[in-house]
Amino acid sequence: MNQKYWPLLATITVFIALFVIGGSMYNNFLSTLVLGHILADNAFIIIAAIGTTFVILSGGIDLSVGSMIAFVGVVMAVLDSAGWHPLVTIAMMLAFGFLFGAFQGFIIDYCKIQPFIMTLAGLFILRGGCFMVTLDSVPIKHPFVKMMASTRVPLPGGGFLTTGAMVMLASLVIAIIIAHYTRFGSNVYAIGGDRESARLMGVPTRKTTVLTYATGGIYAALAGVVYALYTSSGYPLAATGAELNAIAAVVLGGTLLTGGVGLVAGTLFGGMILGLISTLIIFHGSLNSAWIMISSGILLFVFIVMHRFLIGSFGRQKLS
Amino acid sequence: MKVKTILLGAAVASGLFAASVSAQTIGFSQVGSEGDWRPAFSADMQSTAEEMGIELKFANAQGRQEDQLRAVRAFIAQQVDAIIIAPVVVTGWDQVLQEAKDAGIPVFLADRDVEVDDPSLFVTRISADFNLEGRLAAAWLAAESRGGCNIVELQGTVGSAPAIERNSGFMAVIDQFPAMEIVATQSGEFTTEGGKRVMEAFIKSTDNLDGICAVFAHNDNMQLGAIQAMKEAGLNPGQDVLMISVDYVPAIITAIEAGEANASVELRSAIGQFIYPVVLEYLANPTELEKWIVIPSDLHTAH
Repeated sequence: MNQKYWPLLATITVFIALFVIGGSMYNNFLSTLVLGHILADNAFIIIAAIGTTFVILSGGIDLSVGSMIAFVGVVMAVLDSAGWHPLVTIAMMLAFGFLFGAFQGFIIDYCKIQPFIMTLAGLFILRGGCFMVTLDSVPIKHPFVKMMASTRVPLPGGGFLTTGAMVMLASLVIAIIIAHYTRFGSNVYAIGGDRESARLMGVPTRKTTVLTYATGGIYAALAGVVYALYTSSGYPLAATGAELNAIAAVVLGGTLLTGGVGLVAGTLFGGMILGLISTLIIFHGSLNSAWIMISSGILLFVFIVMHRFLIGSFGRQKLS
Repeated sequence: MKVKTILLGAAVASGLFAASVSAQTIGFSQVGSEGDWRPAFSADMQSTAEEMGIELKFANAQGRQEDQLRAVRAFIAQQVDAIIIAPVVVTGWDQVLQEAKDAGIPVFLADRDVEVDDPSLFVTRISADFNLEGRLAAAWLAAESRGGCNIVELQGTVGSAPAIERNSGFMAVIDQFPAMEIVATQSGEFTTEGGKRVMEAFIKSTDNLDGICAVFAHNDNMQLGAIQAMKEAGLNPGQDVLMISVDYVPAIITAIEAGEANASVELRSAIGQFIYPVVLEYLANPTELEKWIVIPSDLHTAH
């Protein structure tokens, strides 16, 4: 089996193991209901993490994701109160996410700025923007949003898929196609592997960087739309720190933070593992919630060390 | 408009329920652990559940609504008997409450309120009433001053629910007494420094609190700041001027014992004894309840 699938295999094994452990510890855990809940509750994080996967594959980082989610939500909520149709605001916010991401990517490439600091600026700008728009949580009352939020596709065994979960799965399929079957996708891997070699081989680095952050931006905006549907409201303090959860999901999914190595599909399982850990701890009922972060942190630590040994060698092979 | 009822004798009844009801599993989703009051509230919910033989599933949302929704869904999947939510925000609850309703699990709110289209999505909200706290403080002051008093008020953060409600409750009672009046009012932002700063200004503007008979502070911290300012100006808080505030924190207890404050309305954190009996009684006998059950406020004085 191709070595590049090993990290994905490890991620899926951990996911199944955690699910089975939960099933052996608690009643009602091994069910499609719990699986459906995990997909519904983590859909927005996974969508954001898919966008972040592209950015990390290209060797960058995007910290503006959580603020983008909240910003999209509050703008949707405020425009909803002003009588706009949600489909119009959704289209507008997706375009905004794309352009904002493209702007960040352009500045990073043109000014040779660390992606960390550029997107940190993005984080502050968008979170501040949320507070400019509103300080309160604003409900979204349009019947279309209510309908989308309450639509459920039943799964066998009592579970269900929410609209958010279905949007997430669809956006995952699109991301897999972009990453593995398009010229842009291979360019992202190329500049993440070795930017200078990629440039010498004729990869358009600026265009690829701009498009990578634009993809990250539009996925973050989509995550914001799903979050707004999920809570039927916009809240300026929503999704604080979501960018870090998204990065954790990407790394747990087997993508190397140094760029160039990883699979988009892994991010789905990385995000679900994070959701599964918190569900496991909440099911216990008397464990301190701090254990959610501690166990996620330990798992993340184990994964990065494991990646080092598992794919360290093949990462270098790829470059030579 | 919500109908308010006062639940009396709930504390007494709680002992009886513990003995008569078989173990129930209740999920409780808490906002987080900010301030002093909320961790005390969480600890009380856990210890009271243990005393009453309730199996409590406790989840701390760390101030994030997404964590809270996740916790409520986990409770639904576990088929708990009832769910108690202290909501992070008022919006965004329709879907998850509908899921709980579809699963036949009653939901109760503690502390803050929610905005939902269908009020049948939750059974009732059980919480203290800030308005009642203001009325109780004013009633004590009216009795103590025989209905004649010039008052200075230290307000909480402008626009916050406790500041608005404590003020309107207080005003509602003193309006009944023609000789009672608020002569100066300003926000001390709920902080000790704020209370001290505002009181220093009042001392100057009223010529050492000349003719002032009482200070009403929206919380104890501001009152403690006011006491400090008055002592520095050579005044005797608690003797020359009546001092009443809200919260009943340990520091005000010390001040009351030292005679520097006169009374404090308690914002209880030990409210499990009020919440669980309502939940258990509903589980034993599901009937329509009022949408807001008020936890009675208590007043503490020096004697």
